[in-house]
Amino acid sequence: MEQEMVLKKEKSMSTNFKQILAKLTPSIKKDGIMKSLKNTGITLLSILLFLGLWHMGSKALYNKEADYKIEKALTERGEEAAAAERACIASGDSSCQPNTLPSPSQVWASLKSLVADHHVISADKAAFAEKMAATNEKMIAAGKDPIVYTGRASFIDIVLTSIKTVFAGFLLALLIAVPIGIIIGLSPSLRSAFNWFIQIFKPVSPVVWYLLVFMIVKTLYIGDSSDNAFVISFISVGFCAMWATLVNTAMGVASVDKDYINVAKVLKLGTFQKVFKVILPSSLPLIFTGLRITLSVAWMVLIAIELLAQSQGLGLFVWEEFQNGANDSNAKIIVAMFVIGIIGFLLDRLMLAVQNMVSFNKNEMA
Amino acid sequence: MNTTQQSNEVYSENGIVYPSKVMLDLAKLKKVYPTPKGDYVVLEDLNLQILKEEFVTIIGHSGCGKTTMLSMIAGLNPISGGNISVLGNPVKGPGPDRGVIFQSPSLMPWMTALQNVLLGVNQVFPHATKGQRQDIAKYYLHKVGLEDAFHKKASELSQGMQQRVGIARAFAIKPKVLLLDEPFGMLDSLTRGELQDILIEIWNKEKITAVMITHDVDEAIFLADRVVMMTSGPKAKIGDILSIDFERPRTRKSVLENDDYYTYRKHLIDFLEH
Repeated sequence: MEQEMVLKKEKSMSTNFKQILAKLTPSIKKDGIMKSLKNTGITLLSILLFLGLWHMGSKALYNKEADYKIEKALTERGEEAAAAERACIASGDSSCQPNTLPSPSQVWASLKSLVADHHVISADKAAFAEKMAATNEKMIAAGKDPIVYTGRASFIDIVLTSIKTVFAGFLLALLIAVPIGIIIGLSPSLRSAFNWFIQIFKPVSPVVWYLLVFMIVKTLYIGDSSDNAFVISFISVGFCAMWATLVNTAMGVASVDKDYINVAKVLKLGTFQKVFKVILPSSLPLIFTGLRITLSVAWMVLIAIELLAQSQGLGLFVWEEFQNGANDSNAKIIVAMFVIGIIGFLLDRLMLAVQNMVSFNKNEMA
Repeated sequence: MNTTQQSNEVYSENGIVYPSKVMLDLAKLKKVYPTPKGDYVVLEDLNLQILKEEFVTIIGHSGCGKTTMLSMIAGLNPISGGNISVLGNPVKGPGPDRGVIFQSPSLMPWMTALQNVLLGVNQVFPHATKGQRQDIAKYYLHKVGLEDAFHKKASELSQGMQQRVGIARAFAIKPKVLLLDEPFGMLDSLTRGELQDILIEIWNKEKITAVMITHDVDEAIFLADRVVMMTSGPKAKIGDILSIDFERPRTRKSVLENDDYYTYRKHLIDFLEH
């Protein structure tokens, strides 16, 4: 019964989600309501099928783990212990639950508890701020740093930290890759001079980038006690993700339609005009394709880098929950997985919308 | 210097005396493309003089080097031998004194029709006020029948309308020579006729020396004072020149009704078929 309720809730949530998606997708052709209804139906059906398979799979894994536990109790401690173990598992006591893939309903419950937890922590924070308001005013007046809340971060805070990190990294990638891409795109000799550099550093793993950035930032921050996990992680994310933009910008600038260049030559446009009026606008679509790849790569490597850098984001959350091994840890990890997936998807849609906006040749866009 | 065009008036620049009526002078022009199998000579010993206010069409088989010649005049393609001069000044590179209308409209698709024309106008008239430059651009867009499309993006215009902008852009920079590389080759015959009329109407007014490549015999006769026939490559040169003595301004109807039209047509087709 409860299971059904949960499924219904998830269904209604997914329809809401679809509506939001439909708004974010700018060019859905109206081939008739029937067709879109049919498509929505198929999507809903596939979501239900997915949830069903997931439910059955987790149930099977649960049973297997439970059987193993009882079997182990039987061989190691005798029949009495086995019966006790069986009763304990059946009673739903959290101390002896099999630790395996959580079911959809457990994940849903975890999401709710994480949100509730967020409300608790927010209330805590607000209370703390209120309590400290007078004291902090005095401290600021005296020229000292105010006392800030240093309690546990809620799940929502963690997600926000991750988004902040990924955007900082993305911005860094943009600021480095676009100008360099333009410069090396304009000059064939610089392009060949830089080529080895790009080819060698492009495939380097996020973990190695993190270590490199750590070496440098650690030295730069010597004697500074402030938390530099955020700085290290966003710089690493930026370095990891900037290559697609760099390569695409250089390619876009280098492969401007020869006709446009001829027009610029005939009109004798100066270098500045040629770059800003002809070359850059014509390579914008490719630059934005690069930026879109960069953002999705940034989001993907972020999780690994946050984990290494101990930055209070989703990467660290997942790792800590795994280490924690509490009863609902696995369910929280799956919640994080969905949140990561959905945010990644939304970021990609956002970039696609921007990309469509700057693209001058609408029919060339896929 | 080649002085087949005798004239009493003389034009002198840099101490060299030129026959005054010559706008464009191609002398012993040569173009060589190096290939792995040795040099490929596209043009050799090509001599052609084009007078001021003259409209010349160039006709010849595909690949004979017409476009190569035109882009050399434009300064977009280096000269291998001989020389090209405009009013006695040798061509050293591209410049707005030689306006080009390309085969594809080559508009910046992210700019509006007006911005595309202004791109050139701003460059050529840097000392004019913004309003004056706008007026020039709008005037020519009006001339090509695009008064309702000033602010439309080039990517939203049809091929024919884009080429109209191309024509406006070329005339608006007030070049000494207008170079047209099969500008209507990609259009359907109806649109082509319309654009020929527009082109000749503006040309009648501006009288800019024009060199136009075409594959269309009727277009060549209708527009030109002289039709230049090029021999097939390699080593292409001028094969024959036909003077078209119809009065200007011409209308399509009057041209078609003239008996000479069919003589000219036969002459050109005979040349192309041999």
